[in-house]
Amino acid sequence: MTPLRAQLRHEVSTTLRNSEQLLLTLIIPVMLLVFFSLVDVLPTETKDPVDFLAPGILGLAVMSAAMVSLGIGTGFERTYKVLKRLGATPLGRGRLIAAKIGSVIAVELVQFAVLIPVAYALGWRPSAPDWLGAVAAVIVGTIAFAGIGLSLAGRLRGEINLAAQNGLYLVLLLLGGMVIPFAKLPGPISAVAKALPSGALADVLRETLAHGGVRPGTSWAILIAWAVAAPAAATRLFRWE
Amino acid sequence: MGAVPATDADFVRVEGLVVRYGELVAVDDVSFSAASGEVTAVLGPNGAGKTSTIEVCEGYRAASAGRVSVLGMDPAHEQTALGARMGVMLQEGGVSPSARVSDVARQYCDLYGKGVEPAELLELVGLTDRARSAYRRLSGGEKQRLSLALALAARPDVAFLDEPTSGVDVTGRQMIRTIVRGLASNGCAVVLATHELDEAEKIADHVVIFDHGRVVADGSLDALRRGHDEIRFRSSPMLDHTALGVALGLEVRRIGDDEYVVASDASRVAALTGWLAEHDEPVNDIRAGQQRLEDVFLRLTGNGQGAQA
Repeated sequence: MTPLRAQLRHEVSTTLRNSEQLLLTLIIPVMLLVFFSLVDVLPTETKDPVDFLAPGILGLAVMSAAMVSLGIGTGFERTYKVLKRLGATPLGRGRLIAAKIGSVIAVELVQFAVLIPVAYALGWRPSAPDWLGAVAAVIVGTIAFAGIGLSLAGRLRGEINLAAQNGLYLVLLLLGGMVIPFAKLPGPISAVAKALPSGALADVLRETLAHGGVRPGTSWAILIAWAVAAPAAATRLFRWE
Repeated sequence: MGAVPATDADFVRVEGLVVRYGELVAVDDVSFSAASGEVTAVLGPNGAGKTSTIEVCEGYRAASAGRVSVLGMDPAHEQTALGARMGVMLQEGGVSPSARVSDVARQYCDLYGKGVEPAELLELVGLTDRARSAYRRLSGGEKQRLSLALALAARPDVAFLDEPTSGVDVTGRQMIRTIVRGLASNGCAVVLATHELDEAEKIADHVVIFDHGRVVADGSLDALRRGHDEIRFRSSPMLDHTALGVALGLEVRRIGDDEYVVASDASRVAALTGWLAEHDEPVNDIRAGQQRLEDVFLRLTGNGQGAQA
């Protein structure tokens, strides 16, 4: 087994067995999707709330796996000198990062394998979805969110990082156009929300899956900008020890 | 052992190493080497520069000046290549608290890919019955033994162990010593940092003593002790030790109320006791022999001055 495969196997099995991570990456998105699809209280402006929610929740899933789960895990590994110890193995930093990316992708595959059938069961019927476009959005979004998560994880101490990641998750969830439409947010907040990667990803996913994007072209540009800027920031900010 | 033999007999070579943290000079012109098949103890009080030196050797830290070569490689630039042949025990941490012991052992065995079986590794360090425990549930000694096991998963040609026995109970220490000796006898160059003199005395072939960022002694234990034979004895608090010194032609120092020490081998015991008998002075607890490493250490680092006043 090569060092990369060994680490990938370790990352995937640890992440999928960690109950707090599963709560965040799988249970909360599924609960939000089911609850707000069945209980029509969100101002979604679509005939069926699931049509609005499903793409947004897929975006939320990406954010929870690539930013929060990766960021919290890596932050603790930094604090407990796990990253330092791995530095003195044949793995090397490049392959460690590759293994972490692989692990995020594995989690996302599990998330989609659960969330998409659940959405269908709730009556979601996307018309002529552009799945390829959606996959591209997920990849770009993953890069952007991983950059944000690792920027925080690479600088803040374990517990502070944990609080920051969870806090950011909640803020982006509420303000990010994932479960609440931009139009329902007060003007200034809506403007901020549209510039956030969460809002951009949700908008792009809505466009690719259901032609329901508010301003897909701009959202693509914003998402790509985050995918460039956030990893660049992480590279500068990250401290291995 | 590794396929590529080092061109050097010295597997670890440190020359004129300087490590600075801003204004602070933590390591100041340090040179020493550690050979394969030997346990080299880097010994010194806390803050003497041991960990900084070891971390440069492990590739974690760049030297501010000087040169370090490990297995013929430059650790700062070749840490990953070196990592394949190097066993490392950090001073603390290195494993996630929630990680299960058997999973971490499996992870490191797979990472190094040297055909070491995790179960066999855990048995070696006596953690078989803790295999399913989370790391945070382990005692301090068990954590150290796991950390040593992860270093062994590399089947290392060189091993850097930072305070491997700190917080370890007597049985654990014995086990760690046996394993470390076994590593050396398989040809590994073991470099072990410790502030515990007893430990260095029990385990090391070669001792490098650090104080205030400098090497104050470097050699085999025997060589460090040689030339420092002494005779210790108790007598009357009123003993005229200066006169005794003149008679013996040696300095006699008073190191306690009624305790004295003469820098001499056992051949002068007869002359010493003869002089005391002649002057009606009592003699008790007379001991002759090599200084313990502790005495060598205190003498070299000057930390024993207070006790000898």
